[in-house]
Amino acid sequence: MWTWFYRLGSPKWFYDISGRWLPWIACVASILLLTGTVWGLAFAPQDYQQGNSFRIMYIHVPSAFLAQSCYFVMAICGGIGLVWKMKLSDIVAKSCAPIGASFTLLALVTGAIWGKPTWNTWWVWDARLTSMLVLLFLYLGVIALQSAIVDRNQAAKASAVLTLVGLVNIPIIKYSVEWWNTLHQPASFSLISRPAMPMEMWMPLLIMVIGFYCFFAAVLIMRTRVEILEREWRTDWVRSLVKNR
Amino acid sequence: MTGKHVTFSGLFLAMLKRDMVIAFRHPSDLANPLIFFLVVVSLFPMAITPDPEYLAEIAPGVLWVASLLATLLSLDLIFQSDYQDGTLEQLLLSPQPIYTSVLAKVFSHWLLSGLPLALISPLLAMMLFLPAQAMWTLVLTLLIGTPVMSFIGAVGAALTIGLRKTGLLLSLLVLPLYIPVLIFAASAVHNAALGISVTGHLALLGAMLALSVVLAPLAIAAALRISLGN
Repeated sequence: MWTWFYRLGSPKWFYDISGRWLPWIACVASILLLTGTVWGLAFAPQDYQQGNSFRIMYIHVPSAFLAQSCYFVMAICGGIGLVWKMKLSDIVAKSCAPIGASFTLLALVTGAIWGKPTWNTWWVWDARLTSMLVLLFLYLGVIALQSAIVDRNQAAKASAVLTLVGLVNIPIIKYSVEWWNTLHQPASFSLISRPAMPMEMWMPLLIMVIGFYCFFAAVLIMRTRVEILEREWRTDWVRSLVKNR
Repeated sequence: MTGKHVTFSGLFLAMLKRDMVIAFRHPSDLANPLIFFLVVVSLFPMAITPDPEYLAEIAPGVLWVASLLATLLSLDLIFQSDYQDGTLEQLLLSPQPIYTSVLAKVFSHWLLSGLPLALISPLLAMMLFLPAQAMWTLVLTLLIGTPVMSFIGAVGAALTIGLRKTGLLLSLLVLPLYIPVLIFAASAVHNAALGISVTGHLALLGAMLALSVVLAPLAIAAALRISLGN
């Protein structure tokens, strides 16, 4: 029953199987992102209050989603790496950090661009913005620790501990900041409850969110594959792979 | 070989006593965080304004940020010298639970950095014209909040032990995790200055302390094992 789990730990197996999946995921991601972007930017109706400026939401909301999901993926992989000493999950956790930091930065920047016409200011010390900023700091801390430790194994374990400590802190930070100051509108997109916006606006957003997740998966797989090749360059299978190119 | 049976309190007190003895042989290590606190707090009136009303307004935040930075800079006192002379490895190798010794180390760090900060804070609060009714709240938040910062900081210190250029890295790792403590403590002092009840804030700070007493030593022990490479 557990053989798939053990097989998952083998970098070679992952490299082979992900090579087969990658084109499909990348294909789905680009189709979804293209459809969602064109639909959201060109065809979705205008917002009656915010006019056209609301359209940045089609980038902003998915990247804010991904910023948080990526941290969870990183924490879960770090935890698996700590407990089962699985090489692959260390690699995935390492690959997550820069991707998550980029999504967080993207969410912050798009939020600032949207805030200028809407709130008439680039930045407010609002709860969500602040907790997003703290999330960015957490990512940067993990990346800094990764790069400060030379030994790969030790770097992976140390950043896994830091990620898990951060995971415990994220809800505390979120609620303390929320309690401290709130101006942001409540989340207007949820998969479970009835959408608060009309269907024509909601559909492209849904497509964008799924597209972003596929994009994340594709980028994560790509980074992981590169990292695997870098770490395993001494092994026979990598050498024969390079020779047969 | 059978070792002597050591109780929790026996180990805890022995560790504590050892750390205290070492600390009091280097009195400057004790004084530096306090001097730093004093200097940083006195920078604010010079940089912003000597106006008493305005200073009273920003005093809770300034005092708390300054004590946070002072704690941060004293973090390398926890493990650094023990790492250099090999004591830390002996602790990890010893049959006693690492949880207890880590708890004792963090507690002694708090006794040497957080507690003096809390005790000296009323003096600095006077210099910033903090209203007298907020004084007790300030001391109380420092008494509850600084151990939380010692615990969280010890995780960072344990992770970065043995690395080159730890100072900046350590602050990058630890400062974001200090934010909840900072928010609740500073706003508690602020509310006390306005005469509003602060029991809720203090309860939340206490909850954070309870959580960190339980969880942080586990993370610290794991981090020490990783950093010392076994």
